[in-house]
Amino acid sequence: MAPLQAIGAIGVPPLTSVPASPGYWRGVWRRLLRDPLTIGVTILLVAIILCAIFAPLVATQDPTLGHVLGRLQPIGSAGHWLGTDETGRDMWARLAYGGRLSLLAGIAPVAISLVVGGLLGITAGYLGGLANTLIMRAMDVFYAFPSILLAIAICGMLGSGLSNAILALALVFVPPMTRIAETVTTQCRGLDFVEAARASGTSAAQIIRHHILANVLGPIMVYATSLISLSIILSAGLSFLGLGATPPTPEWGLMLNALRQSIYVQPYVAALPGLLIFITSMCFNLASDGLRGAMDVRLAR
Amino acid sequence: MSDAPALLRVEGLTKHFPVHGGPLNRRVATVRAVDDVSLAVAAGETLGIVGESGCGKSTTARLLMRLIEPDRGRLLFDGREVGAAGGIDVTTLRRQMQMVFQDSYASLNPRMTILGSIAYAPRMHGLAARAADARAEALLDRVGLEPRQFARRYPHELSGGQRQRVNIARALALQPRLVILDEAVSALDKSVAAQVLNLLADLKQQFNLTYLFISHDLNVVEYISDRVLVMYLGQVVETGPVAAIYGRPRHPYTRALLASKPTLDPDRRTISLPLTGDPPNPIDPPSGCRFRTRCGFADAVCAARTPPLAAPLGHPPDAHLVACHVPAAQQQAIHGH
Repeated sequence: MAPLQAIGAIGVPPLTSVPASPGYWRGVWRRLLRDPLTIGVTILLVAIILCAIFAPLVATQDPTLGHVLGRLQPIGSAGHWLGTDETGRDMWARLAYGGRLSLLAGIAPVAISLVVGGLLGITAGYLGGLANTLIMRAMDVFYAFPSILLAIAICGMLGSGLSNAILALALVFVPPMTRIAETVTTQCRGLDFVEAARASGTSAAQIIRHHILANVLGPIMVYATSLISLSIILSAGLSFLGLGATPPTPEWGLMLNALRQSIYVQPYVAALPGLLIFITSMCFNLASDGLRGAMDVRLAR
Repeated sequence: MSDAPALLRVEGLTKHFPVHGGPLNRRVATVRAVDDVSLAVAAGETLGIVGESGCGKSTTARLLMRLIEPDRGRLLFDGREVGAAGGIDVTTLRRQMQMVFQDSYASLNPRMTILGSIAYAPRMHGLAARAADARAEALLDRVGLEPRQFARRYPHELSGGQRQRVNIARALALQPRLVILDEAVSALDKSVAAQVLNLLADLKQQFNLTYLFISHDLNVVEYISDRVLVMYLGQVVETGPVAAIYGRPRHPYTRALLASKPTLDPDRRTISLPLTGDPPNPIDPPSGCRFRTRCGFADAVCAARTPPLAAPLGHPPDAHLVACHVPAAQQQAIHGH
């Protein structure tokens, strides 16, 4: 090969300060900040998450301690500003503590499936051929079942309990995550810049690390964010059916089930856990939409 | 072929793509994308490859870069066979031979800065980050993009012509000896394409490059090439110096192609019979001469035997080779010129 310095000799001196056009992620951030809806839902989400994490600080009462005489108090009653449930436990405390499990059961399965499904999908997409066929056809088997039924079946097999519910949901989310990762990887792999990288002697591992991952992670993350809302609803559903968290642990789905019988006595109190599930999953959905818009370079101006 | 030893020599390059189908996804047909193509590029020259879309031009380029594995064929770079004992390996080949693609946007990683894209290959080959960046900046300057202004930009912030300049700089970053330009200016506006062509000519001078210029644009090929190779349905039908091909084409296909060339000169407007229909399907190409189904001179012999690429009968052997059974003189007579 020709000496490596040959071109450097004819060039301009190296520059120390190059006026930078903002980096890709900086651009995404800037566009996000210009979108009031996304900022709104993100603030709301952060508030909900903080309330859950710091539940002992925001709610002074014990979420598991009830008072038989103070059952099913309405919203706004003295000492219980969100009322009490069917055994007289403070609703505010239960909702705050319940967020811990509900959010965990919403986010953890998605995180697990993001790693597993992402790896499988990128592998299938990059390798193509037989490896692709094997992985994707195996995933197709899972598509034969509706997601909630599959989750219930796996939970039934593993036994009830929160960790099993998380595992079951993770398994439910792996196939769609794999499919998304495979699709975007296949698209990206056929692009000329990957060919160009191959043509300059870059190894497969380097191509995946430098060229595929950066371009594929965005769409996968957007999809994962939108899955969180589904995951929160499904995990609440599993708890509602008695397959997730077990009483007396506060959890939104479980609370919804317990308060179901009191819906004619205190309809507003009974609706609170459902309202929170709705708001949280809606926020994740809207945040995911905003993120998708901000990540699309071609829309950016 | 010139007297100088060939920098790149290809013998019998062949690639057939299987077509899978049916319930068991079995091989049901074969696309003969590139069939027994031989060519040689001398150091310092520009070889143009022309042909209709689908004739195997781009597949040939990808086979040469070994982005696709050929079924058959020997590839010699600088006299040494690629992948053979005592020859050079594919990685070494790719350092010496680089490629510029047609789609200037798709061939740049949208998440990498311009500087990052150009410096990437040298870094992967072990050049220190700072040296690679310095080289990339020098190259940016050389292809006419002010480094201060463009180095930290992203591909979507550049115009098509600017991006193609970046792609050229990227191809030169490994200091190759041969550059394959696969429809490199076809997607650009005419005026921008002209600027990029002039840039390519300058770079060739400065870095002693050899070009393999693939295009469907006859005017561009005539402008930039020293020699031309005409492809039809995966095979070479004619090859020779650019003046001979454009001035005295010997193959009926080449003539039809040249007759279809747009021109502003009223004295040279299309009078010869135009080429009708689409090329036949490369899955099941015609027997013998593949052009015979669209050729006005086709004879019984054309269906029976594949014409070899050679100097026509009765001609002194020269560098102008043609794969046709019908002598040019006879074609002239039938045609009534």
